Amino acid sequence: MQTSTVFLTLVALCAVSFFIGRHKSRLIGMAGGGLQTLHSLPVHYGYMAALWAGLPALLVFIVWLGVEAPVIRNLVIAELPAEVLALSLDELGLYYNQVVGVALGSVDVGVVDANQVTAAHRYNELLTASRGLKMLLVSLVAVIGGLLAVMRVKPDLRARNHVEDIFTWVLFACSSIAVFTTLGIVLSVLFEAVRFFQVIPMNDFLFGLQWSPQMAIRADQVGASGSFGFIPLLVGTLLISMVAMLIAVPIGLMSAIYLSEYASRRFRAVTKPVLEILAGVPTVVYGFFAALTVAPFIRNLGESIGLSVASESALAAGLVMGIMIIPFVMSLSDDIISAVPNTLREASLGMGATMSETIRKVLLPAALPGIVGGILLAVSRAIGETMIVVMAAGLSAKLTINPLEAVTTITVQIVTLLVGDQEFDSPKTLAAFALGLVLFFVTLLLNVIALYVVRKYREQYE
Amino acid sequence: MSKDAFKNTELIQASLKKRYARERRFQLFGKLAVLLGFVFLFILLFDIVSKGTPAFTQKQLQIAVDFDPDKLGVDASASAEQLRQANFNAVIKSSLRDMFPEVTSRGDKKRLYRLVSIGAEYALRDRVIEDPSLIGQRKDFWLLAHSEAAGYLKGQISRELPEVERKVKDIQMDWLDQLRDKGLTKSSFNTLFFLEGDSREPELAGIRAALQGSFFTLVVTFLLAFPIGVFAAVYLEEFAPRNRITDLIEININNLAAVPSIVFGLLGLAVFINFFELPRSAPLVGGIVLSLMTLPTIIITSRASIQAVSPSIREAALGVGASKIQTVFHHVLPVAMPGILTGSIIGMAQALGESAPLLMIGMVAFIMEVPGGVTDPSTVLPVQIFLWADSPERGFTEKTSAAIMVLMGFLIVMNALAIYLRRRFEVK
Amino acid sequence: MSTADANAHGAVPDEAVGLDVQDHVDVAHYETIGEPYVDNAKMSARNVNVYYADKQAIMDVSLDIGENEVLSMIGPSGCGKSTFLRSLNRMNDIIPICEVKGDIRLDGEDIYGSDQDTVLLRARVGMVFQKPNPFPKTIYENVAYGPRIHGLAHSKAEMDEIVETSLRRASLWDEVKDVLEQPGTGLSGGQQQRLCIARAIAVSPEVILMDEPCSALDPIATARIEELIDELKERFTIAIVTHSMQQAARVSQRTAYFHLGKLIEVGDTKQIFTMPRHELTENYITGRFG
Repeated sequence: MQTSTVFLTLVALCAVSFFIGRHKSRLIGMAGGGLQTLHSLPVHYGYMAALWAGLPALLVFIVWLGVEAPVIRNLVIAELPAEVLALSLDELGLYYNQVVGVALGSVDVGVVDANQVTAAHRYNELLTASRGLKMLLVSLVAVIGGLLAVMRVKPDLRARNHVEDIFTWVLFACSSIAVFTTLGIVLSVLFEAVRFFQVIPMNDFLFGLQWSPQMAIRADQVGASGSFGFIPLLVGTLLISMVAMLIAVPIGLMSAIYLSEYASRRFRAVTKPVLEILAGVPTVVYGFFAALTVAPFIRNLGESIGLSVASESALAAGLVMGIMIIPFVMSLSDDIISAVPNTLREASLGMGATMSETIRKVLLPAALPGIVGGILLAVSRAIGETMIVVMAAGLSAKLTINPLEAVTTITVQIVTLLVGDQEFDSPKTLAAFALGLVLFFVTLLLNVIALYVVRKYREQYE
Repeated sequence: MSKDAFKNTELIQASLKKRYARERRFQLFGKLAVLLGFVFLFILLFDIVSKGTPAFTQKQLQIAVDFDPDKLGVDASASAEQLRQANFNAVIKSSLRDMFPEVTSRGDKKRLYRLVSIGAEYALRDRVIEDPSLIGQRKDFWLLAHSEAAGYLKGQISRELPEVERKVKDIQMDWLDQLRDKGLTKSSFNTLFFLEGDSREPELAGIRAALQGSFFTLVVTFLLAFPIGVFAAVYLEEFAPRNRITDLIEININNLAAVPSIVFGLLGLAVFINFFELPRSAPLVGGIVLSLMTLPTIIITSRASIQAVSPSIREAALGVGASKIQTVFHHVLPVAMPGILTGSIIGMAQALGESAPLLMIGMVAFIMEVPGGVTDPSTVLPVQIFLWADSPERGFTEKTSAAIMVLMGFLIVMNALAIYLRRRFEVK
Repeated sequence: MSTADANAHGAVPDEAVGLDVQDHVDVAHYETIGEPYVDNAKMSARNVNVYYADKQAIMDVSLDIGENEVLSMIGPSGCGKSTFLRSLNRMNDIIPICEVKGDIRLDGEDIYGSDQDTVLLRARVGMVFQKPNPFPKTIYENVAYGPRIHGLAHSKAEMDEIVETSLRRASLWDEVKDVLEQPGTGLSGGQQQRLCIARAIAVSPEVILMDEPCSALDPIATARIEELIDELKERFTIAIVTHSMQQAARVSQRTAYFHLGKLIEVGDTKQIFTMPRHELTENYITGRFG
């Protein structure tokens, strides 16, 4: 593992810088009449030296790792004969992958041509050179950084402030990762989606009524309109989410009401955590439960009363998804209902309203905005839920609102399109990213609205 | 007014019966909702436990194995390498034929061979390599039963079912009954399940590779998410100025917490695999993706527990001349640590149960070998469950449920730990 | 009904917190001084004891409220006056740990009797709370709430009439008649409290209990409420808990002084404020503690 060797070297250099920095500050301090003459403690000088040695070198290291592969690729390809360079981008990519395979020994030399063998040698040379250079450069930057810091050690150097400033920046960098994650999601999904829309017109995607991505693999079918119509997926997703909501909202809301307004403290203390177990069950478990227990049960039930039910019915997936979301709706509603001031309860009860009248006519109307916000969050979860539908919903896109039939969803299609062998750049693969884009923005929109509504609601009673 | 009041009293009294009925109905709905929640939970757990429990036992058949050198193709003087190549399959087959000499037709013979697992020959091979003197001898051995045969012995397949609808045929059932009557079948704890990787044969499949993969993935997740999450929380709580950038960060954290997990998988595929060319199917990438996913959880809970630290501690530390950083790292964080750990454990539990984003980055491969590091191709426990759940063989259903039980066991332990920490924290 | 009321939200009123019977003044063995009983009693309490779990908040209180009189209850914080008031329409049922013992009667009817119904009781004995607490509904709906749940109006016109009458009686009509469809929470504090009074009288209760109704209001709003109380006593029997002795003196005919859960002295308001008979009462009204 060459990467870890460089990394360990870097760590070692940091440690050395730390000890030298600390030692030197001690010497200087003692010479100047005791450690109290130093502005900071010796360890701070040590930390400073270590940071100076480590941070720039780490940056160099990361940048190098990032550009290494593309640079080598360009260099190797540049030396390939002209007839190879004339290949299309995809074929060239495949050709180059074989070169790398030969170089790493994972592809047998027998199956490739002579040019590739030469290129593989070149690749190995370049890789070795790059590794050597990387090690050298990283070490050099670390040593120079460490030396500079150690040279600056003087009694009036504000090492502690210096170290803490750097550290504050590190803390800031950590918290900004959230922004970069969002940015990364948006950019990566958007980038691929744009490429998809270059092949498939956006209108066909957004308003098409037929979804059959398989057809587009065949060269003569690329761009065939109608194959990538997103509407059936949207309808399927909404159908399953609606079934889920029909289960989760009444049960979750009524449980929350019962537990917060009627149940004794002890009953509540026992019941709530037990019901919340449902929230901790991994989604793959729900998927298994839906596919192997609930779906056959519903199908048999349907058959026994003379209904034909698909074995991957939207009802089964939605039902199980609803079970999953019950605790989510329950805790959100509970928080919201508890936030309604007690004075309103007393006012209503004090006039002789029964508890249920108080709940239905005072508490729920007062809590309505918050509950709507909570339900929106739950809908967003249902739309983004993957494993249950992958395991229990159908694969073929059917435009129907009958919950007894099999429908497919956005997330199911993303998984089917991307799992298994995939040719990158084919519209089929890119379509997954277009779906991802839609999914991201729909859920984002729901969340933003929901969080806004809930926040406004809380402010009202603060 | 008193006349009014009198009239009201009558009116109210007249309406009371109806109103109380409505009240009782409403309460009943509430009770029913709670009860339904319980029923769902119970059915779910019962379904999984009842399906999964049999997977923890394995069935073995006692076969008198005749290590005939002719059939093996090697003799006692063979080297270990030769023994490895020897035909143990033939030995098992002939031994089975010896036990049931009445079996003659090709179809029946085939059915007979299907009583014993494919894994049996490897078990025999290992025994013979250990002790080459067995060659030429005839000895009783407990061999692993085929998953279908084991299914019958465990009572999962009934004779009532029409023969065409089941894989275990009547004649195989007869043989198994004979063996059982002679005391030649036994059950034992299924250690293979915990020691082996995935397999195409249900009776040989185990969760070891998936467990190891989950472990590596979680280690990567924790090493990334914990420090970054805590640092981010410290920054936002203690250092962040009130400005647009801070607002932007906070909005992002809140929204990321609600982004569907599969979108993180798309990010992982596009950025880490296609752009940075990190290895596919590796715990490294899985860990990175899951750490991005759990970061919001860790940041949000860490912030809450940092907030809960009494300001007097900060003032005391600042008052004796400690810098802000020293105050936070020497005084505030240690007090907030139980809360932070609670949040992190909950985040890790989420990551352990997560599978959708890992499908995106290729951790769905069929992995027999136990991964040795974070860059080896591997799978994780939830994805293994997904793969097994998709397998048509009956034997995998019980394996799936058993794997779920193991997964849920880990989750329960983690959550219990989190609750324990929170309780202790609250007492303070 | 009591199980339904006894929910997790029922918080112990502030007064009960920090209640300690073993104070520097020993009141454990006092007999109430004055005239707790009247001839035309609307409500009568006999030997009432109230407990919050282990703590006793009210000790052996006997007191009558006469028809169409204003009875004020005064006393230092934690003396139990609010607790006593809340037991008069069984609002204490909401608090799970609260237990009321003794005998409280409305028109001679035991309100804690097994056949007594809290819905009907609370419709007959209304309550106005410390902080104005209008529902987040329109002004009209706030007032119409009680008549609606109790089914007192049979037509829109009847309801309009009830709303108007109640708002007029709460002397709020002129201020809100044009904005009836605006939310009640948008009114000023004093208007909100009068709206709550209008809401309470919309069901034509016989008794109105007021728990420090002016404590959250400014002096001008307080003066309006006090005027209103004076008008209301023509029609209703009123028991008011107040922190302000001046208020008690202004609005009430009889005054009861509570101290540490005991009813120390009760009598004609004028007499209590000019010639208190008990040392504790005197100390309180002269401002020695409170």
